[in-house]
Amino acid sequence: MTQYLLAVSHDGTENFDALTPEEMQPMFDAVDKFNNEVREAGKWVFAGGLAPIEATTTVDNRSGQRIVTDGPFSESKEYLGGFWIIEAADLDEALDWAQRGSLACGARVEVRPFDAA
Amino acid sequence: MTDTPLGPELSLQVSEIFRAEHGRIISGLIRRFGDIDIAEEALGEALVVALAKWPADGLPPNPAGWLTTTATNKALDRLRRSKVRDEKYAEVAMIPPDEPPEPTGPVVDDRLRLIFTCCHPALAEEARVALTLRLLGGLTVTEIASAFLSSEAAIGQRITRAKAKIKQARIPYRVPDHADVAARLDTVLAVLYLVFNEGYLSSSAPGLREDLCEEAIRLTRQVRAVAGPLGPQPEVDGLLALMLLLDARRPARVAGESLVMLPDQDRSLWDAAMIDEGHALVRACLALNRPGPYQVQAAINAVHTDALDASMTDWSQIVQLYDQLMVLTPSPVVALNRAVAVAELDGPQVALALVDALDLTSYHSWHATRADLLRRLGRYDESRAAYAAAIAATDNAAEAAWLTTRMAELRG
Repeated sequence: MTQYLLAVSHDGTENFDALTPEEMQPMFDAVDKFNNEVREAGKWVFAGGLAPIEATTTVDNRSGQRIVTDGPFSESKEYLGGFWIIEAADLDEALDWAQRGSLACGARVEVRPFDAA
Repeated sequence: MTDTPLGPELSLQVSEIFRAEHGRIISGLIRRFGDIDIAEEALGEALVVALAKWPADGLPPNPAGWLTTTATNKALDRLRRSKVRDEKYAEVAMIPPDEPPEPTGPVVDDRLRLIFTCCHPALAEEARVALTLRLLGGLTVTEIASAFLSSEAAIGQRITRAKAKIKQARIPYRVPDHADVAARLDTVLAVLYLVFNEGYLSSSAPGLREDLCEEAIRLTRQVRAVAGPLGPQPEVDGLLALMLLLDARRPARVAGESLVMLPDQDRSLWDAAMIDEGHALVRACLALNRPGPYQVQAAINAVHTDALDASMTDWSQIVQLYDQLMVLTPSPVVALNRAVAVAELDGPQVALALVDALDLTSYHSWHATRADLLRRLGRYDESRAAYAAAIAATDNAAEAAWLTTRMAELRG
């Protein structure tokens, strides 16, 4: 078994603020359902949804001097919205879970194995 | 086969055996050892032993079996010696040699597993092509680089990266479940078709690359043979038929340095045996009534190869087949080819209107088609400009030579 990160990738085109809680509810329900399926299959390691990108703070202490800045360092439009960590026998199984996760959360999902070493 | 006496052609014989059997041997080793690098190194070592031993002893009765056994022993030796043997043994243990057949039932050839690994959609398309030619086709990195006019370093890196991803991401060495097999076979067929096309009209070699066409046909035959237990795969048959019907015309396709287009080809030069095989495949796969783009393209080429000369071509059937292809895989390039057939049926004026509506201004065939239609309409100045644009847009010297001749023949 290998652990895979299923990273929910948002590209900034989603406007979650514009949605009412009622409009968001079907997505939450779908994700809850998917989470339960992952648990029942014994593949669950961890998962979490992240607060909006605006809540990010960057710490750079590479020089030994702590520098705290608002927001992400990267100018990239894409950002991590949340993630699952699952167990899977191989990439095909991980891709199958990602396929279902993507449909549930309504976003692209990037699949990446954890380094085995 | 008995022991063969040695001749100067031994090394050629060995390299032919090596290439023909490479896919079978390497796929068995990968299954046994669960690691592409271990398998490749072991087979490389076995070949070195063979080249040292065979000139003195003659070819063994079963060279492929000999190579497999020797490579297996080399790999086992290496694993025993290896400093990281615990780790490697653990890896080997992941794919035990006696692994039972797929839970879905069919007993599959190791080569089929390897094809699905090499052509996995999680690998970049160029990497799929290079890895398939390397592992299944037994081509060296040098040969692949020269086939695609790329540098050895670039091809080597592409293959190394793909192998690393297979290992790190654990791309399985397995035939997909029945439900997915048709969709996943599509990526395999796409790779084989790319290899064939690069041979049929090379984007940068001067003319044709017969070796790539032959390699693509050989690999497609292999896929067809090993996919047999998965049930009828009409698109595999369709692709093989398409390649055969195109490649059968190869002897008539080039004269000197210039391409010869279909209407002008000397049809007596076509390979009759390949055409017969192609026609039989087309009939058989269409009878399954599960049409797909390769089958329809094969059928179009079957209509062409059915005609004793160009004037006897059944253009209405060809237009109907292009209509079907537009439903299956709508694209401007298919629409352009359909317009060429429409020109034969309804005249150049109708066809030109169809062609002008397509957004293909960077495609050499679009300009060449317009040039020909304008010529037939007597609009020579516009035709000349279109030929010039086509010559500027093509990367193939033989095609440029043909276009230049056509342009020079224009009246007015």
